Amino acid sequence: MNETTSTGDIKKDLISLFRQNTGILESGSGQVLNRYREQAFHDFDRLGIPTTRTEAYRYTPLEKYLQGNYDVELNANPFEINLKQVFKCDIPEMDTHVVLVLNGFFYSLSQAEPLPAGVVVCGLNEASVKFPKLFHDHYARYADTSADGLVALNTLFAQDGVFIYVPADTLVYKPIQIINLSHSFKNLRITRRNLVVAEENSQVNIVMCDHTLCNQQYLTNSLTEVVTGKSAVVDYNRMQNENTQSIHINNLFVHQEEYSRFTGNSISLHGGLIRNNFYATLAGPYSETNLYGLFLCDDKQHVANYVLVNHAAPHCTSNQLFKGILDDNATGSFNGKILVQKDAQKTLAYQKNNNILLSSTARMNTKPHLEIYADDVKCSHGATVGQLDMDAMFYLRSRGIGEKEARHLLMYAFANDIVGKISIPILKDRIIELVDKRLRGELSRCNNCDIRCG
Amino acid sequence: MLQIKDLHVSISGKEILKGINLNVKAGEVHAIMGPNGSGKSTLAAALAGREIFEITQGSVTYMGENLLDMNPENRARKGLFLGFQYPVEIPGVSIVNFMKTAINEHRKFKGLEPISASDFLKMMRDKKELVGLTTNLANRSVNEGFSGGEKKRNEIFQMAMLEPLLAILDETDSGLDIDALKTVANGVNMLRRTDNATIIITHYQRLLEYIVPDYVHVLYKGRIVKSSGKELALELEEKGYDWIKDEA
Repeated sequence: MNETTSTGDIKKDLISLFRQNTGILESGSGQVLNRYREQAFHDFDRLGIPTTRTEAYRYTPLEKYLQGNYDVELNANPFEINLKQVFKCDIPEMDTHVVLVLNGFFYSLSQAEPLPAGVVVCGLNEASVKFPKLFHDHYARYADTSADGLVALNTLFAQDGVFIYVPADTLVYKPIQIINLSHSFKNLRITRRNLVVAEENSQVNIVMCDHTLCNQQYLTNSLTEVVTGKSAVVDYNRMQNENTQSIHINNLFVHQEEYSRFTGNSISLHGGLIRNNFYATLAGPYSETNLYGLFLCDDKQHVANYVLVNHAAPHCTSNQLFKGILDDNATGSFNGKILVQKDAQKTLAYQKNNNILLSSTARMNTKPHLEIYADDVKCSHGATVGQLDMDAMFYLRSRGIGEKEARHLLMYAFANDIVGKISIPILKDRIIELVDKRLRGELSRCNNCDIRCG
Repeated sequence: MLQIKDLHVSISGKEILKGINLNVKAGEVHAIMGPNGSGKSTLAAALAGREIFEITQGSVTYMGENLLDMNPENRARKGLFLGFQYPVEIPGVSIVNFMKTAINEHRKFKGLEPISASDFLKMMRDKKELVGLTTNLANRSVNEGFSGGEKKRNEIFQMAMLEPLLAILDETDSGLDIDALKTVANGVNMLRRTDNATIIITHYQRLLEYIVPDYVHVLYKGRIVKSSGKELALELEEKGYDWIKDEA
C-alpha cells in the first residue's frame, strides 16, 4: 500500500507516484500491459486531468472532485476475510457466472455451470501472460491514450481487472456477472482494466455491478475494451450503486465488426460523481449499437454521460437513449455525438436525451450533436429538460391518486423506458424494484448487503 | 349535493367565470351548453380542482363540505369525477396499474384493504363490458395511441370503475361517431342511480337525445344566462346560440 502525498497538483502527484513505483508496477504485470505504459506516460504528461476547458468535460468539474489524499494498492492485497461471505449478490436466482473483483484486482470466479469449451474468464494480468497473441491484437488497441488524459492514466497504472474471451461460434448461455467491490480502511485510488473479446458469431451477456463495501472515499478509474467480432452479439448491463463519496470514472470502448450487435444499458443509481464515457466504433457494415442509460441523482451527486458513436462503415444502425431524473442540488450532463464518416452511407443513427428536474436547484446540461460526412444517411438527435408533466399530474390526481403517488407513477414511467430494455428478465425485475425504491427516496442498496452505503 | 354560489374564476389574471350559480341534487342530470369560449371547460376544471384556475370569489359546497378547500385527489375520493375533454396520454403508466392505484387510494380513504388481484380483474372485465370498451387494455399505457373514441370510452370506463357520486363530463361527445356516442350514453345511463348526479357539458344537443337531462343551462361569457327543462336543448339546436346572445 502506498500513500500519495497531495501537493495540490494532481498531475504532478500522479506522475511522481508512477515514477516511484514503476518497478513494482512492472514486475507485477505481464509484458503486454507494460508495453503501453511509456506511451501512456507521455500522453498523460501532455494531457493531464481534463478540465472544464476540455470540451468533452465542460460540465464535469473533475478537478473539484479529484483533490484529496488517496492510498493506492500496487499489489493485489491478500484479503483477510472471505469476500464471498461479506458480499452476496441479492439476486441469487439470476443464476450467473460470478466474478468478484476487489479494489480492481480479480478475486474469484464461481461458475454457474461449466463454461463452454474455450471460453476464458480470468484476471486480466493472468490472461496477458497466457494469451499474448490476443493481447497483442486487442489490448489498448481501441482505448486511445492520446485523446483523453484519463484513458492514458488508466493505461499507465493498469494492472488487473477481468478478461473474457468467447471463441467463435460459441454461446455463453448464462450471463457473466462481474461484481466490482471496493473495500479498504482508507480512501483508495482504484485502477481497473477489462478486456472482452467476443469472436465471430459468438454471444455473451455481461452484467457489471459496482458496489462499495465501506464508507471510504473511492476514486475509481475503470476502463473496458470490448471487441465484437463478425456477427457476434454482446449485451452489457451496467449497474452503478456506490456510496455518495465515491468518484467513478468509467470508460467503455466498443469495437464492432460487420453484422455484430452491441447493446449497453447503464443504470446509475448511486454515487458521488459518476462519469461514463462510451465510445463505440461501427467498423464493419451492417453492425448495430444500442446505448441506453438511466441516472437518478439527488443531494449533491453528479452524473455525466459522454457518448461518441463512430459510424465508420456503411449500413450500420445506432440508437442512443439516455434519461435522467435530478433532485435537490444534483447536477448532470449528457454530451453525445454521432460521427458519420464519409463512406458510412445508409447509416441510421438516433440519439435522444430526456431529463426531469424535480427541484429548482438541480441542473442538467445536455449537448446532443451530429457530425455527418456522408450524404445518404438518416440521423436524428434531440434533448429535453423539463419538469413532470402537469397535465398528467392533474389527470392522475383527478382520479383520487395522491400527489406523491402521482409523482412517483410519472417518474417511474419515465425511467421504465430504459429499465424495460434490460435483456435479462430477473435482472430487469430487480432493477425495476431498485429504481422504484430509489424514486421513493428509500435506500437502494442491495438487500443482502450489510454495509449501509450511500 | 352541489351548490355553486356566485363563482368567479380567473386564469392568469383574466376572469373567465363571472358569477356562476348552480344547484345540483342527487338523482339529477344537468346539461350545460354554450358557445365556444363561454367558460364551460373552466367550470369543469375548477370544480375538479385544477390549480391553474384561481377562484377569486364565491363558494362551492359539495356534500355539505367546502369543495374549494379540498385538493383534487380528495375531491375524487369523495366521489367527484371529471371526464376530460382531452384525456391526457401518459406513456409508461399502464392502465391496469393506474386504475389499480386509483381504486386502492379510494379504498384506503374509506378505510378498506387494497382490492385483491382477482377481484380487480373481474371488476375491470365487468366495467369494460358495461361501457362497451373493446380495447385490450393489458400492456397499454394510459390513453397512449388511443383513437379519439377510445379515449372517451376510456373516460366512461374509469367513471364506471370509480362509481362517482357527481360526474362532470366535459364534452364527452365531441369527436364521437354515432355508435360510440350511443355506447357512451348507454354507459352513463347504466351508471345512473338515485344517489348520484351528472353534469354534462356539451356544445351540441346530440348527446342529450340519449342522456335525457332534467335541466339545461346556457353558459355565455362566464354567466349562466338561461336555465330551463330539456326542451331548451332542442330550441338551441334549432336556432343556434345567437338569440341567447341577443337576450343576454
